[in-house]
Amino acid sequence: MSWIDIGALDDIPVAGARLVKTHHGCVAVFRTAEDEVFATSDACPHRGGPLSEGIVHGRKVTCPLHNWVLSLETGEAQGADEGRIATYPARIEGGRVLLDVASLCRRDAA
Amino acid sequence: MTKRLVVIGAGMASGRSLEHLFEMGGDWDVTLFGAEPRGNYNRIMLSPVLSGEKTYAEIVTHDDAWYAERRVTCRFGETVTRIDRSRKVVVSAGGETPYDKLLIATGSAPFIIPVEGRDLPGVISYRDLDDTYAMIDAAKNPAKAVVIGGGLLGLEAAAGLKARGMDVTVLHLMGHLMERQLDEAAGYLLRKELTERGIDVICRASTAALLGEERVEGVLLEDNTGLEADLVVMAVGIRPETRIATDAGLDVGRGITVDGRMVTSDPDILAVGECVELDGQLFGLVAPLYEQAKVVAATLCGEEAAFVPRQTSTKLKVTGVDLFSAGDFAEGEGREDIVFRDPARGVYKRLVLEKDRLIGAVMYGDTADGNWFFGLIRDGTDVSEMRDTLIFGPAYQGAAPADPMAAVAALPPEAEICGCNGVCKGRIVEAIEGGAATLEDIRARTKASSSCGTCSGLVEQVLAATLGDDFVMPAAKPMCGCTDLTHEDVRRLIKARELRSMPAVWQELGWQTPNGCHSCRPALNFYLLADWPLDYVDDPQSRFVNERNHANIQKDGTYSVMPRIWGGVTTPAELRAIADAAEKYDVPMVKVTGGQRIDLLGVPKEVLPRMWADLNAAGMVSGHAYTKGLRTVKTCVGTDFCRFGTQDSTGLGIRLERRLWGSWTPHKVKMGVSGCPRNCAEATCKDVGIVCVDSGFEIGVGGAAGMDVKAVEPLAKVATEDEVVEVVVAFVQLYRENGKYLDRPYKWIAKVGMDWIKARVVDDLAERQALVERFDVSQSVYQKDPWAERATPEVQRAWSPLADLTMEAAE
Repeated sequence: MSWIDIGALDDIPVAGARLVKTHHGCVAVFRTAEDEVFATSDACPHRGGPLSEGIVHGRKVTCPLHNWVLSLETGEAQGADEGRIATYPARIEGGRVLLDVASLCRRDAA
Repeated sequence: MTKRLVVIGAGMASGRSLEHLFEMGGDWDVTLFGAEPRGNYNRIMLSPVLSGEKTYAEIVTHDDAWYAERRVTCRFGETVTRIDRSRKVVVSAGGETPYDKLLIATGSAPFIIPVEGRDLPGVISYRDLDDTYAMIDAAKNPAKAVVIGGGLLGLEAAAGLKARGMDVTVLHLMGHLMERQLDEAAGYLLRKELTERGIDVICRASTAALLGEERVEGVLLEDNTGLEADLVVMAVGIRPETRIATDAGLDVGRGITVDGRMVTSDPDILAVGECVELDGQLFGLVAPLYEQAKVVAATLCGEEAAFVPRQTSTKLKVTGVDLFSAGDFAEGEGREDIVFRDPARGVYKRLVLEKDRLIGAVMYGDTADGNWFFGLIRDGTDVSEMRDTLIFGPAYQGAAPADPMAAVAALPPEAEICGCNGVCKGRIVEAIEGGAATLEDIRARTKASSSCGTCSGLVEQVLAATLGDDFVMPAAKPMCGCTDLTHEDVRRLIKARELRSMPAVWQELGWQTPNGCHSCRPALNFYLLADWPLDYVDDPQSRFVNERNHANIQKDGTYSVMPRIWGGVTTPAELRAIADAAEKYDVPMVKVTGGQRIDLLGVPKEVLPRMWADLNAAGMVSGHAYTKGLRTVKTCVGTDFCRFGTQDSTGLGIRLERRLWGSWTPHKVKMGVSGCPRNCAEATCKDVGIVCVDSGFEIGVGGAAGMDVKAVEPLAKVATEDEVVEVVVAFVQLYRENGKYLDRPYKWIAKVGMDWIKARVVDDLAERQALVERFDVSQSVYQKDPWAERATPEVQRAWSPLADLTMEAAE
């Protein structure tokens, strides 16, 4: 793992998200109401909607385009919808948000 | 051997008697006489017919085919004038009809108070379909109606006439309404509710005379008060219709005397329904009548059966008024009261106990537990163990949480579900096991919930408990998966329990998720900011992306930008600024909208704040084209240029837009102002549309031109622009305070009714003023240009990516 500091936790709104640009596409970094962070692909598996603009509830996000609900933990679409987004390791250290760059470079990231 | 049965009277009791008779088999040749020129219908549903919620066709209980199939000879519209008991024939206009058995079901006649003028045209009673139609006809010319009698029937008549647009006054002899069913406190709440709906109520009003020459014109009271009236409805009571029995020499007290088998003093003559008297008691409600009908059928078939009078309960069939009473609630020695009041919700409950038994219950505003209390009264249950929590209902008895399904599942088979038809749970379960799968099936097979319909919910719960997952409850839809409460419940509870934050709602109302979902959070955010504008802090993270980013997201993740163009009027300078912005930021499409504005489409998120700053600098603000809030006010050129214009429609549109912009509403609100009835601004399909005419302004609301297309309904006609603005603001505020999230005004209006809205926004000037004031309080917080607030470097940063790893890697 190679962790990289992408910014302060406070730069992400509570129950919100920010975007991180990478060579392999945009990554959404979520902060839940409980101050946990999750990083996933920003593109909804349905029509590519920007998940970082969705409403965050519990450990889930709802896509703003057509209301697909995706788990931030597993990346799986919830309910009747079928699909999956890539998830990436993320953690908080001293109020800073860290992402694992190595996993960002792997297309089939866990 | 075929026996001849003659039935006099085609009401609910005789209709039900015949049903049971044919079900039991036997060979009957039935002749059915009815004074009304039609067959059996559900008389207790006349009130919904009067108010327009049902049609006659929907309340027919037996149609021609039903009679034909059972070879019943129908003699509707033909009155039986005499019974010749010695020759066993009845005499009518059509001659003589012989009988082996005779059933008298003549019902009751309205009591007409013996005052001068009672025979004038325009004075009617409220008893049958003709009366109902007479009232509906009278209401076609909106005029004044006086209803004499503040009991069940009178109030249902009053509410129905009001719903049809009449000015209604109720006169009641006693000190409070429905004094036979309600105590004073509940009577007060009922009167308050009716008054709020615009029905005048005068208690202790004794009618002296009805005035008029050709037809009724007014009512004079004993204290010399005079009231104008184009229609007078007498609903002071009923008396058993016994004339034919008296003439035939049968025993008659107040009603036709019968024994428990429903047989009169002549062993071949039976009587049923409101015309009978048993042990000195009369019967007016439907439940005992139906019990009698069963006994009549059994007696005719030679079986042993006895009718035993039982407790009855009452509900008022006026939409939106929740009222229940059962048993005896007079104060008396050895009797104790348990009273619960919640003034904010308008809830009142009173239980009367005697010797550890519940003997009476009165409930107003929240009657959900009515049937449970009624069961305790009827069964004489010892309530000493649960006395402390009794008034809170079944949910609080024992440690089990409130689960209506579990309560229904636990009911024994003999528990009564439908009081009107005396159907117990076991009978319904049998029907379900026999294949019934919907409420309609149950109604067809058992009649449960087919009369007054108030037990429909219970029947559905029995269906759900019996069928399990196979039954989909069609009842009120919960707000979302996080709660079982409906939007309406949640709105009511936010106000009543003064919940001023989202965590307070989740906690107090028992949300099943830690912080809601994408469906409930935007709704709650709106309800809270609309109800508590000064306390609640808007939560952007609970808003849909468009309202959070103040721009409309497009399918490729870009946004559109639309400045406000007040009333559709712009200037060369504004157009130039828009053109400059479009060129500077390389906007892929510039589109003129249907709302008389200009849309710049295809703008990336991070560009938005810069573009807004440019447009702000040219004096333009956000057009809120992305909100559940005020969108456009479309106008025509009115008197400025148009040769047909009658008023300054453009100026009025701009004035409305300047007053209302920035306000959040349950769904989007679009307005239009047309300068003349040619209606070039298409105002009549807007949420709020004003059409100017020579004499003033016609305000219509509830139009639609989306998935549904609908013309506005008239709200008010006013003379001045000031009044237009006041009425429109009050209407929008009422919608803000009461609408369900994502219901456009036309859907909301369909739920609450135009009369309810008119009463508050048009008729009651104090309420209108209060609504306007509350709107202005909200505007003091929310009428801010979101562009100006966000055209800052901080927002610029927050709206750009948190990090750009493509750059770092390049380094």
